[in-house]
Amino acid sequence: MINKKAIGAVAVAAAAALALSACGSGSSGGGESAKGEISYWLWDANQLPAYQQCATDFHKANPDITVKITQTGWDDYWGKITNGMASGTAPDVFTDHLAKYPDFIKTKQLLALDDAVANDKVDLSQYNDGLADLWVGQDGKRYGLPKDWDTIALFYNKKMAADAGLTPEQMGSLSWNAQDGGSYEKAIAHLTVDKSGKRGDEPGFDKNNVAVYGLGLESSGAGMGQTQWSFLTATTGWTHTDKNPWGTHFNYDDKKFQDTIAWWASLAEKGYMPKLETTVGANAADNFGAGKAAINTSGSWMIGQYSGYKGIELGIAPTPSGADGKRASMFNGLADSIWAGTKKKDASIKWVEYLGSAACQDVVASKAVVFPAVKVSSDKAAAAFKAKGVDVSAFTQHVKDKTTFLFPITDNAAKIEGIMKPAMDGVVAGKSPASSLSAANGQVNALFAK
Amino acid sequence: MTTLTKQPDPGLSAGGPQKLRKRGKPAADFRGTGDLKTALFFIAPAMLGFVLFYLVPTIRGIYLSFTEYSILGDPEWIGTRNYERIAKDPLFWNALGVTSQYVIINIALQTILALGIALLMHRVAKSTFVRGALLMPYLMANVIAALLWFWMLDYQIGIVNQLIEWLGMPRVAFFGSEQWAIPTQALINTWRHMGYTALLIFAGLQAIPNNVYEAASIDGSKAVSTFWRITLPLLRPVLVLVLVVTVIGSFQVFDTVAVTTAGGPVNATRVLQFYIYQRAFNEQDFGYGSALAVILFLILALVAFIQMKFLRGNQSDLD
Repeated sequence: MINKKAIGAVAVAAAAALALSACGSGSSGGGESAKGEISYWLWDANQLPAYQQCATDFHKANPDITVKITQTGWDDYWGKITNGMASGTAPDVFTDHLAKYPDFIKTKQLLALDDAVANDKVDLSQYNDGLADLWVGQDGKRYGLPKDWDTIALFYNKKMAADAGLTPEQMGSLSWNAQDGGSYEKAIAHLTVDKSGKRGDEPGFDKNNVAVYGLGLESSGAGMGQTQWSFLTATTGWTHTDKNPWGTHFNYDDKKFQDTIAWWASLAEKGYMPKLETTVGANAADNFGAGKAAINTSGSWMIGQYSGYKGIELGIAPTPSGADGKRASMFNGLADSIWAGTKKKDASIKWVEYLGSAACQDVVASKAVVFPAVKVSSDKAAAAFKAKGVDVSAFTQHVKDKTTFLFPITDNAAKIEGIMKPAMDGVVAGKSPASSLSAANGQVNALFAK
Repeated sequence: MTTLTKQPDPGLSAGGPQKLRKRGKPAADFRGTGDLKTALFFIAPAMLGFVLFYLVPTIRGIYLSFTEYSILGDPEWIGTRNYERIAKDPLFWNALGVTSQYVIINIALQTILALGIALLMHRVAKSTFVRGALLMPYLMANVIAALLWFWMLDYQIGIVNQLIEWLGMPRVAFFGSEQWAIPTQALINTWRHMGYTALLIFAGLQAIPNNVYEAASIDGSKAVSTFWRITLPLLRPVLVLVLVVTVIGSFQVFDTVAVTTAGGPVNATRVLQFYIYQRAFNEQDFGYGSALAVILFLILALVAFIQMKFLRGNQSDLD
């Protein structure tokens, strides 16, 4: 794969980098590390055209740097990056995730961007509040520049809601509590229809022969519940960890959390939501597209998928408000990070700064696929969605009302997932009581005791 | 090479009555040493592959099982701590149970079906086309076979559940329910492998000389008793080999699980190989994963030893 010329170039670049660091000069230096081809990886195929456009524009402005973009599906993405880091072939720049980057910091695989940010005067206040700080490690150094953000909302089938007599205003002002489920559960029950046409809240409803479920089920949500239950648990005041970021104690043994999960799992028992066992292999979004669910809870990165189903008139409603009248949504953001082993450090920094700039994020905004991190670009994305006929205010409202909470950033994310996935599956499948999550919590917290 | 001078051909030097007796063996020795270079040349590629891809990784794996290692960074020696943790790991014991359940269902079904198919191939289906068709599933990649069935057995859109519903029965969550997940995996792999296993047994059947059957039929033996008293006992060495190979193979079940249920629901299909993969590659705990792999290696060695020993796989009743 690597030809001799490339090896030569790499050697020269390495020598140049050595010489540079020996002199102690800053990142603004030129040389071989500032030109040539750099590789950039991302996992979302929907965003590839937008970033390809950015790469082309970037090359026009910097003719001696070429960006080669590789898109790999999420399932293989992280394994490939880790293997690449171990074997010295990882991409120079890659789209990074909050659940993954703590491990990369621990193993010293990421390049700190503090010097670059200071030297090139990157304005961190241009991003939506909190996004830039998500990428500061426990060592106080910055390991990524924010590229986008996402929140959670309810995707619902407008026709089904209208048939059930639910107006868009009613769908947009649902409330929820863990005791009786509030108007949220009432709406879900009313939207559920069995095979003989009886609704979930009518006498004689047959919960074993349901034609349309009021609420679709994607998965148990494991330890994060980003799109499944975190927008409910957060309204009770519950938080995943003792502090965020860099919490070291999880709260899955809290009664508020367990009551919420018990309520949620009870929907499957009542026949308002599919049983977990029936969701293995099936895609929740496609079931919604096939008219088998009236409401699906999901993230803003799924807007394109949900608005693309033929014959489905899509409504998007904000997540239900909690007992105190406030809504809540997890606020997650991706960033671009640079691999510490890159031979093209200066070119990579330039590219990451460009990705994090309004210039590139406006391009991303115009394609209406995700919400860019830069505030002004965010607004442009909302307008682009509107032009496509999709009202995304349910997602942006969370940011405007400041009802978001940040994605929990901790060490041991993969191990926590390994413990919490089976534990949550057991509860949502109705095999174990919600109180069994206390034992799993003990296992999770033991990971931090070492 | 040196043996040439040390041991001159006795056939030439020794004379008299010893000549005939001695000729056979030393002559073979002579030829063997002379061909050593050529032999090594032909063995070299396989040997190189074995050393590079089996021996070295095995030794390195055993070493890593005594360390804490995250692939990025250096392994840190922690003695037998991984093994102590495994002994107390409920997921390991669960994996062992789930894997055993899979092996038992898979081997029992596969061996019986394969034996039946082999007998049919031997007696009835002489056409090459039919014999070839039986091998078709085996030509399919494991992952493709698994995904194909995953799709056909899907609870919502699978054609099998469509049929079940037409027959008036409730849909079955083949991959989603804890009771069905392992039997489903075992059935898929039985479907894929039985043709190949049948072929191995079929080869064994053809090695049984016809005169034994002729003698039996002259003595008035019926087909059933011929099978139990002649075919099966004489087939034993082949069956033992087939069993050893298939048992080892099914203990290592991984791909079908990885592309379908990924260990779930809950822990119902978290078989040993998948658990090793999860700990090593998902959770970046290569030390712990290696220790699990060493334990699987020991289990397989023990199982193979017991099978060979107690089923007398290295002896034939034909002699």
